[in-house]
Amino acid sequence: MLTRRIQGQKGVQGIIIVNSEGIPVKTTLDNSSTVQYAGLIHQLVMKARSTVRDIDPQNDLTFLRVRSKKNEIMIAPDKDYFLIVIQNPSD
Amino acid sequence: MYSRSLLYVMLQDEEKTVEIGGGHIKGLIKPPDQLKLTEAELKEKITRVLNTQNPHAPDNIVRWTFKDRCFKPCVVDHTIHIFELEGNLVYKNSDEGRRLMLKQGEVEEAGEEDRPDSAASKTDKKEPKITNIFNSCDRATQTLHNPPREINCQTEPPPRSSFSASANQWEIYDAYVQELQKQEKNKEKQKAAPSEKDEKSQKKMMLMETQDIDLNKVSKAAKVLERMVNLNIFDEIAQDFAYYEDPADEFKFPKGTLLPLWKVKYDQAKKLSVTALCWNNKYPDLFGVGMGSYNFCKQGSGMLLFYTYKNCSFPEYIYPTSSGVLCLDIHEERTYLVAVGFYDGSVAVYNLKTEGKEPIYKSTAKTGKHTAPVWQVCWQNDDMDSNHNFYSVSSDGRVVSWTLVKNELVFTDIIRLPVIPCVSNFTACGTSMDFHKQIDYLFLVGTQEGKIYKCKTYSSKILETYDAHHMRVDTVKWNHFHPKVFISCSSDWTIKMWDYTINTPVLTFDLKEPIGDIAWSPYSSTVFAAVTTDGNVHVFDLNINKYEALCQQLVVDKKKAKLTHIAFNPIHPIIIVGDDRGNVNSFKLSPNLRKKPKVRTLTNCRLYAQNEMTCTK
Repeated sequence: MLTRRIQGQKGVQGIIIVNSEGIPVKTTLDNSSTVQYAGLIHQLVMKARSTVRDIDPQNDLTFLRVRSKKNEIMIAPDKDYFLIVIQNPSD
Repeated sequence: MYSRSLLYVMLQDEEKTVEIGGGHIKGLIKPPDQLKLTEAELKEKITRVLNTQNPHAPDNIVRWTFKDRCFKPCVVDHTIHIFELEGNLVYKNSDEGRRLMLKQGEVEEAGEEDRPDSAASKTDKKEPKITNIFNSCDRATQTLHNPPREINCQTEPPPRSSFSASANQWEIYDAYVQELQKQEKNKEKQKAAPSEKDEKSQKKMMLMETQDIDLNKVSKAAKVLERMVNLNIFDEIAQDFAYYEDPADEFKFPKGTLLPLWKVKYDQAKKLSVTALCWNNKYPDLFGVGMGSYNFCKQGSGMLLFYTYKNCSFPEYIYPTSSGVLCLDIHEERTYLVAVGFYDGSVAVYNLKTEGKEPIYKSTAKTGKHTAPVWQVCWQNDDMDSNHNFYSVSSDGRVVSWTLVKNELVFTDIIRLPVIPCVSNFTACGTSMDFHKQIDYLFLVGTQEGKIYKCKTYSSKILETYDAHHMRVDTVKWNHFHPKVFISCSSDWTIKMWDYTINTPVLTFDLKEPIGDIAWSPYSSTVFAAVTTDGNVHVFDLNINKYEALCQQLVVDKKKAKLTHIAFNPIHPIIIVGDDRGNVNSFKLSPNLRKKPKVRTLTNCRLYAQNEMTCTK
């Protein structure tokens, strides 16, 4: 339900739910893109989280936003999963 | 043997002088014992043979041989060693010679004498060995060693698995935290005796968790993401909200404008109208919207929604109610407690922290619910037993105080509004209520008949009555700062400002349209806003202009919707306005409308006091 709501928002291109091992669990994009996004973003999130926690172990990553020319990738990590939403903000 | 012949030969040589002793003697000297030979015998040739046989060596040595068991002659050596001297001349081109030459060359360089005991030359080593300064001589022995033999043995390799992990500071921290938690759990388990039921319920929990994979666990992350997506979409609005100040305000002084920001609406609440608005003090982005219907003929269900302007596409909390919501109030300190009054006369308290959609307390017919719609609820301070309590006013003429005692809602009638014989035979219908901001027990009740009563909570006596309006008093509100001033609005198109010590209104504003709601601003004692059913929002600042609104802005299309409620945000300069289509619009107040009162200096005080005097006249 939540995913449907987000998908219905303006400019949202796709939403992917990835589990803690980096395997996409649920997605609205096609298979190849999903696998690509999941693999690459998983590494990025691990790196970002490691960075934040190395500086202060009591801190933790809340969300990560990567804005590029064409779209914006928003990543919200959770305990066991993380959600990726690709949105085109200018639409 | 040859000595005789030699001598004879020598003697044969004539006229040779013989050296005998120390002088020359001429002539032949014959020794006395010389043989006298005849001349024939003298001419005889005697052959003499020289051989190498040693005359002194024995010529028939025999040796016993054990082998043959007889004596055998052995070979006799005929060599006579007369003299032996070992020489130290070495041939140049031989190995030894070359070696010696090299050594001599080195020695000359070093400038040292070559030792006669040159052990090197004796032991035949190529590198010059450094010996100690004392006489050293190498003695080497060779021990017997067994010939080596290879023995191999092959075993099965142990099973291996590669393991990799990273040890960061935070992983270590996590491990410690987990350990701590485990220890605490163990302590708790030790304290509480484990029962079978607990184990069963735990097992059930485990099953549930494995089935529910996605939704519950990602809900938090999804919520954050939804807000981010919304922020992206409504980025301009967020920027306006934070930073935009209308530059035209400088020219339009003293008038101001309202900048439209977010619009929220909920699909399922389309047919309902907004009947109550309330901001949350603790989280200034959260506001509650009560949905119901003012249409007295058609009454249906209602809703209680909570929105945050961080996510304006979907409400944060949704509570469907069986009857239309007419009023709501959020507790000042415990902002998760929400008191709601319904059209059917009951009141309920919701706890936003709990999961369910049901209120934690609800009044029923037994527990003293009102018999008529509840028009206003107000939280008050906790009573002496630190139970929460709130008050409600309803058209049945009662002002009731409800106390949350453990699991129940206990009611106490505070006041019964007086009967007005000329208008109706029933008690007056209370339609609005407000508590004084500073004095806890003082409150005002507005009625259907247009009167306002001032009362105290601990006595059922009415302190004062004000003949306020000709029609029903929709809203009464005390001023947040001034202890004596309150304002009331009514469907008779007027807003009246009162000083509670005076029976007649101090100021009257006629807006020519039925007024839905008024609200004082939390930042200034002279600013208030009103909404009218024609879709206008009026903002007044009495400090600047006592008779006219500073801002009169049409916010909703007149034909489509009527504005019903308004509320000021406690912190930010925004207001929310609800209409009867279920939409809530938010606006930012331009700077002119946000002028805070100046700090009181002596001159200001005097001016203020003078103003007051002129007003009351």
